Amino acid sequence: MADLNRRGLLFGGVAVGAGALLTACTSNEAASTTAQTKTVDAAAGGNAAPGEKVVIGFSAPAADHGWLAAITTNAKAQAAVYSDVEFKSVESGSDAAAQRAALSTLLAQKPNVIVLLPHDGKELNSFGLEAMQAGVQVVNLDRAFPDRRAYRTQVLGDNYGMGVAAATYVIAQMKAKGVTAPVIGEIAGMDELELTQTRSKGFSDTLTAAGLKVANRRAARFTVDSGQQEASQLLQALPKIDALWNHDDDQGIGVLAALNQAGRKEMIMVGGAGSKQAIESIQADDSPLKATVTYSPSMASSAISLARLIGQNKGLSDLVELQVPRDIVLSSETITKENAADYLKFGF
Amino acid sequence: MTATALKTSGRRLWAGEAGESVTRNLLLAGVLVALLVIGAITQPQLYGDSAWVWSNILSILQLASVVGVVTVGMTFVIIGGGIDLSVGAIVALSGVWATTLATQSFGPAGMIFTAIVVGTGVGLVNGFLISYGRLVPFIATLAMLVAARGLAASISGKQTQISSSDFINGIASTKILGIPILVFILAAVAVAGWVLLNRTTFGRRTVAVGGNPEAARLAGINVKRHTMLLYALSGLCCGIAAIMLTAQATSAQAAMANLYELDAIAAAIIGGTLLSGGRGTIVGSVLGVLIFATITNLFAINGLSTEAQNMVKGGIIVAAVLVQQFRFQSLTRLFNRRP
Repeated sequence: MADLNRRGLLFGGVAVGAGALLTACTSNEAASTTAQTKTVDAAAGGNAAPGEKVVIGFSAPAADHGWLAAITTNAKAQAAVYSDVEFKSVESGSDAAAQRAALSTLLAQKPNVIVLLPHDGKELNSFGLEAMQAGVQVVNLDRAFPDRRAYRTQVLGDNYGMGVAAATYVIAQMKAKGVTAPVIGEIAGMDELELTQTRSKGFSDTLTAAGLKVANRRAARFTVDSGQQEASQLLQALPKIDALWNHDDDQGIGVLAALNQAGRKEMIMVGGAGSKQAIESIQADDSPLKATVTYSPSMASSAISLARLIGQNKGLSDLVELQVPRDIVLSSETITKENAADYLKFGF
Repeated sequence: MTATALKTSGRRLWAGEAGESVTRNLLLAGVLVALLVIGAITQPQLYGDSAWVWSNILSILQLASVVGVVTVGMTFVIIGGGIDLSVGAIVALSGVWATTLATQSFGPAGMIFTAIVVGTGVGLVNGFLISYGRLVPFIATLAMLVAARGLAASISGKQTQISSSDFINGIASTKILGIPILVFILAAVAVAGWVLLNRTTFGRRTVAVGGNPEAARLAGINVKRHTMLLYALSGLCCGIAAIMLTAQATSAQAAMANLYELDAIAAAIIGGTLLSGGRGTIVGSVLGVLIFATITNLFAINGLSTEAQNMVKGGIIVAAVLVQQFRFQSLTRLFNRRP
């Protein structure tokens, strides 16, 4: 018994010591520099002057990767720029049902405008209708509602355009290199999301028009480890690749790791979304990643600005109309070594 | 007297086990070979190149390595009559904790230490709640799944943490004698697991506790402490897996190792581990993981969709469990009984 106690004491001591040591290791202070906020300078233009007070409610799915985290950060930062905006954010869990519950509590607080990035546009369409009927203006971010009555304004990224931009870059590069029948690979994001399908369609449509096709496509899950796994298998399937499009720069860290581990450098790789790390890598030209097509989380900042104008019943000062337009689709831009410096501030 | 009873019962269990599991494991190996043959038939061009075949086998082994290590721990827990739903979350938490800037400042040794201690520690908490808090394993580890992912997300600030350690990243990119280090780690963990299960009292006790906890208790085994240690062992495997996965992805994030618990449980079950406990083999579990990895590879090289791949995986799990439950004779008996 005494022996057991001594052992217990020893293990207990070790455990407490290790615990104390490890809690110190959760510090991540310097990492916050990667969370870049893009507070647009609102000094110019007639709309910048403080106006009527607007309460903006905000909801986005629980962030499990960099892009979504940047959406929330940007929205918060943009709201902080305006002295006439009161910002109410709710954590919205990991699925549509959880977000619906969170949105109901948000709606009960009667904000003037709700900006939301729905988990799934179709599933949360009914919430949009409910809010609009209750007199709360809804600004949909990124994932479209099928019903036009469910929102006041939509700010969407151009998923189809991302595919088009990536394919256009690939086609141009192949032409420049004189490759006539290039082997093209694709690492998609979560396949059950409509946006992934749209991106892939834009990519394959554009390639088909140029007489090319995707040789093999694997769907990852927007996470670094799934990117690595799917890429490692894609590399096995295609012993030689001329061009590779990866939908998401966050999972791209894993994709690049897989290329490196397999010692494969023969292809040009195009990324997606435009993370800070990807843009820096393109600028430094230190990997097969030669370009990335944007799908910028800066759209959250724009959505907050638009929500403020809607709440104040104002239009965009550069346009003739007195009200904010209904649908805004951001164009997907191609970042290469040449223009990388301009885009660095947009990297997330 | 109790000691002798345990010894004989343990030996009987194991002796009865050996014959049965060898046939099953041969069957699994057969399935594995069949999958490779299907690959060769569908992609003769790729399989015609022997260098490619070798690299493909290595790629399957690497694909299986991380889940394989997790599955070894899971096999112990299931044989011991429990279940661990939190393994994916523990891998993510250990990986994230090991790649914070503060941890990385201690170098690769600090990162490995952190991952292993965090993994084992979380496993111990699971085990403590189950053994002494009398929580049902399903509930306790489900709660841990949610909590550990939450903690991982809060530590990482929902950002992807890049590993800047060449040593850690090298674990996934370095080969020794042409074989990636990850494969050696899987082999080492599997061999250690096999020895622990089949050649030590700890292993015998695990089988006894899972087979009949009351009998094990009467035989003088400290069932509670043993159960707690099983979860700690699973956590330790998760810590090792976290380092491997971080090396592979050269980074860690809270969302990584998604659904590894299901992969590990499925692999263990295909490998012949009884979900009710008391029976299972490490070799079977590793073969189960390899079968899943080979299916993924087969679908990738044929350019088939992930959806179809998941459906086939589901079908294989059902088939394996059916084979396990009914076996051939009882199946015929079942059919004969019908009018």
